[in-house]
Formats: sequence, structure tokens, C-alpha cells
Amino acid sequence: MADSITPPPHAEPLLSLRDVRKSYGPREALRGVSLDVARGEFVALLGPNGAGKSTLFQLLTGLFNADDGSLSVCGHDIRHNSVAALAGIGVVFQQSTLDLDLGVAANLKFHASLHGLGGRRARERIADALQRLGLSERAGDPVRELSGGNRRKVELARALVHEPAVLLMDEATVGLDPASRRQLLDEVLALRARGVGVLWATHLVDEAEAADRVIVLHQGRILAQGRPQNLAEAAGTATLAEAFLKMTGDTVA
Amino acid sequence: MRLQHALLALQAIAGREVAKFVRQGGRFASALVRPLLWLVVFAAGFQNVFGVSIIPPYDTYIPYQVYIVPGLLGMVLLFNGMQSSLAMVYDREMGMMRLLLTAPLPRSFLLFAKLLAGTLLSVLQAYVFLVIAALFGVDVPWSGWLYALPVVVLAGMMLGALGLLLSVHVRQLENFAGTMNFVIFPMFFISPALYPLWKLEESGAAVIHLVAQWNPFTHAVEAIRFALYGQFAGVSLLIVAGCLAVFFSLAVRGYDPQRGMLKRAGGKPA
Repeated sequence: MADSITPPPHAEPLLSLRDVRKSYGPREALRGVSLDVARGEFVALLGPNGAGKSTLFQLLTGLFNADDGSLSVCGHDIRHNSVAALAGIGVVFQQSTLDLDLGVAANLKFHASLHGLGGRRARERIADALQRLGLSERAGDPVRELSGGNRRKVELARALVHEPAVLLMDEATVGLDPASRRQLLDEVLALRARGVGVLWATHLVDEAEAADRVIVLHQGRILAQGRPQNLAEAAGTATLAEAFLKMTGDTVA
Repeated sequence: MRLQHALLALQAIAGREVAKFVRQGGRFASALVRPLLWLVVFAAGFQNVFGVSIIPPYDTYIPYQVYIVPGLLGMVLLFNGMQSSLAMVYDREMGMMRLLLTAPLPRSFLLFAKLLAGTLLSVLQAYVFLVIAALFGVDVPWSGWLYALPVVVLAGMMLGALGLLLSVHVRQLENFAGTMNFVIFPMFFISPALYPLWKLEESGAAVIHLVAQWNPFTHAVEAIRFALYGQFAGVSLLIVAGCLAVFFSLAVRGYDPQRGMLKRAGGKPA
């Protein structure tokens, strides 16, 4: 890798993975992945299907434990101090996890309660989050009546209610039309100003181009990381898209 | 884990469970129709076939309808316990479970909250059934309503924990109906819910009699039966409490990310 942006030395990374490994039987899904996400940094985890992105997210959300290596959020190890680590994470899963029969605000309220936010504080945070995403007027509507794009926004709003340090987006734009996709991406990019670190998994190069840093994951390994334009230069291609194809295309099993 | 946080989460989880239940009006109706059919139809046909002699806790001859009330209470608890676990499997398939498990609370507490929420519904249904039974003229002593409450809660939790444990091992919704047949019906029939166990002994069905004594549901029903008449069935209560502890710990183990269901399920790579 030609270039890696190192966060300022005093800033402890919000999210830190060291040599993480995970196998399902004989199949190695992750073979020693190390990465950091710093405060206010938007990191795109770019990889084709089957690269190990979802496995990585399952480990980060405490659904499974890694076979080896360490994962920590704000300095809390996810295995040994999972409660503190989970408190620092906001997640939007690839698959919707909204309760379709509940209202928009009610979905957020359920989440706020799980994170220990109640009463006025929860109401304020929920109102804030909905306003930021332009959903205030839909607060009382059942989620079922919302469009796909708006449902995703509700999930983003929900992931932000407890003001997490790190936001994990697992292929969050899957199934959205281009306009909604762009909108969601812009909303998340704007979070950098508030110091939120973002790990955005995608297989779409155009989304990765907006990132501060791109990490190319392929067959459970990190192939390269750096600024989008630097990755292209290092690969000797004009665009990140070509670089990505060159890196991952010829090794497809 | 702060107490306030835990209570908020418990309230949210229970609230969601109750709201879902209220939305599904049909579920409530079927939860009540099922035991009522047994009470009103089955018991009417069989009350002259089964002569129930005086056995504790009864101090007099009782109509068959009165005999089967505790068993039917148990049935309400059993069905609801299993249905709550069906909801767990559904939540897991729909991804809701992932949201729940990413809450910054110990996983065992989240499962416990699920169990309590399901038990709340069980107990509600059980008491509504008692009310309707009373309307049909099948009375239990009023004091029994009160004495039975803690026992019904405990039995509801034990059967809910069993459902939770099953939900670990049932991967998909489609497998659920089969599991039910192998759990609900044997537990219900091989128990003193419909006839006293000495009847089995008398008929020479020694094996079934033995199995019935090992059936946790037997002890749930007996504990409720005694409590309804103000008596304390210590051994049965202990067995119910012990089963609750065992089932719940195994379920927690099953939902542990390093072991059990989640590890075996493996998660689809993508």
C-alpha cells in the first residue's frame, strides 16, 4: 500500500481490529484483518461478495466471537467487555430490523430503552435524530407505510439515538434507488463533522470514492488501503473502479 | 448494568411483547378457545366415565370439570411458552434478534427479559381462563386465585424457559410445527392434567406412569392444583424451579456467541 493515513498520534482509534481471524469449519472467512477507524473518519470497507465483510460485522456486533485476534471499541474489548463496547456502536444492518407495525418514533423509542435512555432525554434525542434526517413529519406513521429509502433513514436515525462513537453500516444501501442511495451516503458523510467514526461496508466503488480511506477486503484479507485516488495511482489505473477490478478480478476463484 | 437501564429495557421488551399480542387478536382467542373446548366439551362427555375418587388436595368428591382446571391452566402456560419461543425463531429470521443482541446489556439479561415478557402473557391468559371457567360454573376457591399466582408465574417461567431452549435448536420456522407435536402433546398427555396418575398405574401402564413422574409439566400441574386449594406442593415446586434453572442456563449457553446455536448456525458469508 502506497499510502496510509495514520490518525494523529494522540487520538486513540475508536475502532480497532488486530489480526482478526474467523473460520467456518475449513473455510477461512477472515485471515488476519487489522484496521482502525479514527474519530470523524469515514472508512469504506470495499469488497466483492464473499470477501468477509458480513463476517467482520457479525464479529463487531458481538454476534460471534473471533477465533483469534482482538476487536475493541473505544478501548473496550468486544469479547471481555462487550457491554461497554456495544454501547459505543450504532449499527445499520444489511437486513431491515424495524418493526413494521410500530410507528417510526416507537421503533426509535424501543431502541432508546434498550440503550438505557428514557423519559425526556429519549424524546429529545428521538426528535433530534428524526429532524436531522427530515423524518419529523413521519414520526407517528407506521414504518410499513414508508418507502424503502425512508425506512433506511429511520434505521440510521435509530442507530444514532444513543449517540454512538462508531457507526457501522453493513451494505446499507442495498435495494435503494440511486437518489436514496446518494442521500443516505451524504447523511452519513455529514456525521464526520460530529466526530463519529464510520465503517461503511460496500461492494460499490462509487460509494467508496467518497470515503476518507478505502480498505479493500478480498477473500478474508486486506489487499490495500489508502485514499481513493492514491489506491488508483498505486494500482496504476485511472480510477478506483479499475484499481478495484484489477485487485480483485483476476483472483476470483 | 445500571438498574434503571435494566428496567427500561425490560419494560420495552415486555411492552413490545404485549403490543404484539394485542395486535394478534386471533392468538388470544385461540389461547382461550383451546382450554375451553376441553373444559366444556371434553369434560362434559367424560365426567361420567372418569370417577375421580377423593385424592389430595381435594377433600370431597369433585366433578371432572373441577379436576381438569389446573391441567388446563398448565396447558395455557405450555402453549404460550412455546409460542413465545416461536416468536424468537421468527425474530431471528427477521433480524430483530440481532438488534436485541446488540443492546449494551448482558445477553443473559436480555433473554431473561424475553422470558419474563412471555410469562407475563402466559399468566394473563391463565387468569382470563379462570374467569371464563368460573362463568361456566367451574369454581375454584377464591383464595386459591391468590395462592396460585406465584405458582402459575413460576410454572409459566419454567415452560417459557423450555420454549427458549427449544428456540435455540429450531433453526427455521418450518421446523417448528413438528417440534410442537413432539413437545406439547406428549407433555400434556403424559401428565396428571386430564386424569390422576394412579389411573395409569391401575391400568398397568407402568412405563407411562414412570415417564409422567419425570415430566416437568406433571409437577407444574400438581403444584398449581395444590396451590389452588391453599396447599403447598413442596417437591413439585422444587422440581419446577430446578427445571427453570436448568432450561434457562442451557438456553443462555445456546445463545452464547462462542458456543451453541449461533456458532453452529454459522452465519451466511457475504
